[in-house]
Amino acid sequence: MGDVLQQLFGAALAIGVALAACVAYFWGTNWLLDRFLNSDNVDGDAETRRDRLRDSIRPWLFLLPALLFLSVYLVYPVFETLRLSLLDKTGQNFVGFANYTWALSDGNFQRSILNNAMWLIIVPSLATAFGLVIAVLADKLWWGNIAKSLVFMPMAISFVGASVIWRFVYDYRGEGDVQIGLLNAIVTGFGLPPQAWITIPFWNSVFLMIILVWIQTGFAMVILSAALRGIPEESLEAARIDGASDVRIFFDIMIPQIMGTIVVVWTTITIVVLKVFDIIFAMTNGQWDTEVLANLMFKWMFVNFDYGRGSAIAVVIMLAVLPIMIWNIRRANAEQGTR
Amino acid sequence: MTAVTESADLDAVKYEVRRKNWFARIRLGRVLTHILLLLMVALWTLPTVGLLVSSLRDKDQLAVSGWWTALSASEALGVTRIGTAAEQVAEAGHFVIRGNLFGSDTNKQLGGFGLSNGEPAATEPGGSMAMKEGGTISVAADGGFEWTSDTEFTHTRGPRIFYLATIAPRFTLDNYYEVLTSNGVWRSFINSFTVTIPATIIPILIAAFAAYALAWMRFPFRGFIVALVVGLLVVPLQMSLIPLLTLYNQLAQLFGAEDGKTYLGIWLAHTAFGLPLAIYLLRNYMVGLPKEIMESARIDGASHFKIFTGMVLPLSFPALASFSIFQFLWVWNDLLVAMVFLGAQQDRLVLTGKLVSLLGSRGNNWEILTAGAFITIVVPLIVFFALQRYFVRGLLAGSVK
Repeated sequence: MGDVLQQLFGAALAIGVALAACVAYFWGTNWLLDRFLNSDNVDGDAETRRDRLRDSIRPWLFLLPALLFLSVYLVYPVFETLRLSLLDKTGQNFVGFANYTWALSDGNFQRSILNNAMWLIIVPSLATAFGLVIAVLADKLWWGNIAKSLVFMPMAISFVGASVIWRFVYDYRGEGDVQIGLLNAIVTGFGLPPQAWITIPFWNSVFLMIILVWIQTGFAMVILSAALRGIPEESLEAARIDGASDVRIFFDIMIPQIMGTIVVVWTTITIVVLKVFDIIFAMTNGQWDTEVLANLMFKWMFVNFDYGRGSAIAVVIMLAVLPIMIWNIRRANAEQGTR
Repeated sequence: MTAVTESADLDAVKYEVRRKNWFARIRLGRVLTHILLLLMVALWTLPTVGLLVSSLRDKDQLAVSGWWTALSASEALGVTRIGTAAEQVAEAGHFVIRGNLFGSDTNKQLGGFGLSNGEPAATEPGGSMAMKEGGTISVAADGGFEWTSDTEFTHTRGPRIFYLATIAPRFTLDNYYEVLTSNGVWRSFINSFTVTIPATIIPILIAAFAAYALAWMRFPFRGFIVALVVGLLVVPLQMSLIPLLTLYNQLAQLFGAEDGKTYLGIWLAHTAFGLPLAIYLLRNYMVGLPKEIMESARIDGASHFKIFTGMVLPLSFPALASFSIFQFLWVWNDLLVAMVFLGAQQDRLVLTGKLVSLLGSRGNNWEILTAGAFITIVVPLIVFFALQRYFVRGLLAGSVK
């Protein structure tokens, strides 16, 4: 108990120290700037020059801590990982692209690429589709908000927690035993033999993907639901007066109107999929042909301690993210231009 | 008399008309919408409901019946080794061994008992059965048995009695008590809080100042920094792990610590990993604040520092709340960063790490796993349902922009 209290005290202290340091830094540097670069005793050109100087220094004071954190924890590691991926296991000797050529010929890596590709196709499409359907249905019913809240709930659950939840659904007992997993209970209810779902190659990956779809659908639903509300009522009304069916309205009016949002949702989920690690780690740890890049990278890094190969796999994940990253940046820039 | 009948008739007619209207109002499409959505909601909630129900069930029942049968009695086979000769008492010329097949468990009802695994319910409750050690045994419905013999018992190894029992539905908090006390989940709960709270609070001020600068100050490279933040939003954490771990270990060596795995290290790491989203969200929000107020305050001679602390920060409360919820959920639910920067020692595990370790060591003990998993997800669920409004607002600001 003593060390628990000490630990909690440490955490409280850290919060206090961090906040005090932030306040001291931001307030202190501003005070220093105004104190030593003030334009109280100078006139004319000198005054404007000083004013300008202060105005050009101040933004950097505001930005400095954030930039420090970002450079040390995100920018520098990107370059360092790139460098390490060209070095050997210990990070001492230059080996050129040997880690990459190794990866291309490695069975597990090829399997991971294939699986990741499958994840990339299935998870974003299913999550977006389900999210869209639920958003449309829920907007029509009086209990829609409750329904949305419940579908949204898995967003708050950790990947590991969700893995346990679904492992229970997929639980397998030998034929003849009572099945306590929901899926096998349904299957045996139809008179079919029970299956050890997470050990059947190919399909087991699909069962793992379902977990992520289950989590991400709520996200897609919330964003798409907001976009649907943004569709001008007149265009829907006009279509109804023309006698268009609900299905026609959905495909011909709603979907084209929110296409931009659908793409955003799709790419956001794609990023999540590329980085997915916890689910595979907790459910199969890559056994039975379920390996994916993020889990493979973890193995090479923390089981085999091969920093070169681990870094090479990380770079491959980064390369996969890169197109979306560039697209995001261009979109953000375009928005700034119009402001 | 007739008046009363008439009005009753009229009511009947009215009712008929209303009923017809009611039928007419139902459209097939509408019913289908209800059914479809209900089905979806069921799919999305049942797995979690199953987990919660299971975690509250008696662990013997949990192992032998599905959670959807939690309210009905279940049957289980069991076996008990009954007493040896040492436990016999002499009564009126007989020798008797007494006891209960179910031990102290009062939740079971006997369905039958027998001497072999093949025939566990050969004898009805209340019936008696000859034993090869001598005498006969009879077992009552509550499991209490009486083994009587005319000659003295001499066996030194108690025979095994097989039985079929009906377990009445029972809900209990025992599973929670067990995981919290004997499986170290309580410690992990504390660890999760230790990691999460500072990692949620520290980035807020840092991000808010940066976001203000990017939203309302003019300086060279501003566009570049905004682009950098947007880009860093999606950089995979995997890129950061090896260099940072190496860095931490070098620092630890420098200070003579045994390894670089400290709470301070993980707080700072989570702070940094949360910053791009924090800056992005807050900047988007601050840019939307009314320009006129800012400008008039500037003209009145207020400094940027004053405007920020006096006006922008309080006005940005909804965005700050959104980010805090995101960061809290993300840090609490994180597994990778905690494993890398805090390690896998039992007393260092956060809840997610603990759950993975339980999956490995207690993979078939569903009473442990379900209770452990529920403890892991309950805090984020409370945060989520209490602050859903801010969470949704943050999501919308963070991705649709």
